[in-house]
Amino acid sequence: MTLPVHVVRTGTANQASVLAGLTRAGGRPVLTDSPEDVRRADRVMLPGVGAFGAAAAELAAKGLIDALRERATAGRPTMGICLGMQLFAEHSEESPGVPGLGVFPGAILRFRDESVRIPQLGWNHIEPEPGCRLLRAGHVYFANSYRLARAPEGWHVARSTHGEPFVAALERGPVLVCQFHPELSGAFGRELLSRWLDAGARPC
Amino acid sequence: MLTHRIIPCLDVRDGRVVKGVRFSGLRDAGDPAERAAAYEAQGADELVMLDVSATPEGRATAVVTVQKIRAVLGIPLTVGGGVRRAENAGALLEAGADKVSVNTAAVENPALISEIAERFGRQCAVLALDAARVPGAPDDAPRWEVVTQSGKHRTGLDAIAWAREAQARGAGEILLTSWDKDGTRSGYDTALLAAVSAAVHVPVIASGGAATAEHLALALQAGADAVLAASIFHDGDFTVAQVKAALVALGFEGRIRL
Repeated sequence: MTLPVHVVRTGTANQASVLAGLTRAGGRPVLTDSPEDVRRADRVMLPGVGAFGAAAAELAAKGLIDALRERATAGRPTMGICLGMQLFAEHSEESPGVPGLGVFPGAILRFRDESVRIPQLGWNHIEPEPGCRLLRAGHVYFANSYRLARAPEGWHVARSTHGEPFVAALERGPVLVCQFHPELSGAFGRELLSRWLDAGARPC
Repeated sequence: MLTHRIIPCLDVRDGRVVKGVRFSGLRDAGDPAERAAAYEAQGADELVMLDVSATPEGRATAVVTVQKIRAVLGIPLTVGGGVRRAENAGALLEAGADKVSVNTAAVENPALISEIAERFGRQCAVLALDAARVPGAPDDAPRWEVVTQSGKHRTGLDAIAWAREAQARGAGEILLTSWDKDGTRSGYDTALLAAVSAAVHVPVIASGGAATAEHLALALQAGADAVLAASIFHDGDFTVAQVKAALVALGFEGRIRL
């Protein structure tokens, strides 16, 4: 049985990989940019690569900000990947003055350590804290220059290190945001997507 | 801490993987999607697909090939070859590439790099830099110039300066091929890798000359973040898993559990 999942059409570049990844994980992805779909859907995925400001403006223009914030805050199955995670924060150093969704407090900042390569492109190890139900320890694929430095209260966190510690992912019930790309993280990522798809199929 | 990436490269022509692109007659090496899935199963960290089609019809099939690979591939895919404009990059990304590499067209029009980085994000914009040693006296410090059009044209442009400029224009990664070493199976040009790695802060992928796991280790020691190889994997000399195990035994960070 395949599980329906609405993928927010962001017009950014990794859409094809996200759709293919969800399909391989047992999902039935449907693209949407309708606030009504985002409010009603069983599961919603917000992908995204590119710049914070442009993506936030795109969401605002389509009237998706409130719809996404409401369902994530209400604890309904919602996922963000990469820039899609960063958009759930309050704001980003990448685009000063542009508000994010504010689902969790805190700002997205550029990596500070100049001894490592920027962007972070490649496979890094993530370590989930006890209490994580979806996230497991393992290697995942990152492609980012900005990151959340400190975990907000009330979320279970998986951490990684790129010169300095940073937040690799956050989960709270069936709400999961990942700085890395599960759709590009091989079998490990496919299994994570499957667990998230399943999390929406039963009460958490 | 990031692991060192092992990246098999698929040269694709008219929808088929080919071998011996630069040094001998073309030989068929299989279906791109089948090869891609096999390399992922062996533990490849990423794939590069270079479209080496010589005709517009061949080029048009590249998008379809990318779609077929994407359907089965769960690791990152960089696609290059024949990207002349940002629209070409957009079509490949839409088909399922995660990054797009630009080479000759970027040398002719450096603004292409900025355009791709701004439209799609700098992590999508890969500079493919083909470099060849500039002949000099044995005691001279080595110098490299950029070559384009598959090595046919020597530009006179300093390779280190071009790497820096591409980074400043928004390239998020450099795929660095030694034109002296490519196809020779005598090891990467480690002096070139060290010079470019030290000159930029974006990741550098070593390409050209690999025949053994030791060659890959020397490239990583010289400063490369990732190593690309084609023939050693296509010819079945080694599997990706064997190469990774050898590198981990030498003390390198590798992704072993998939």
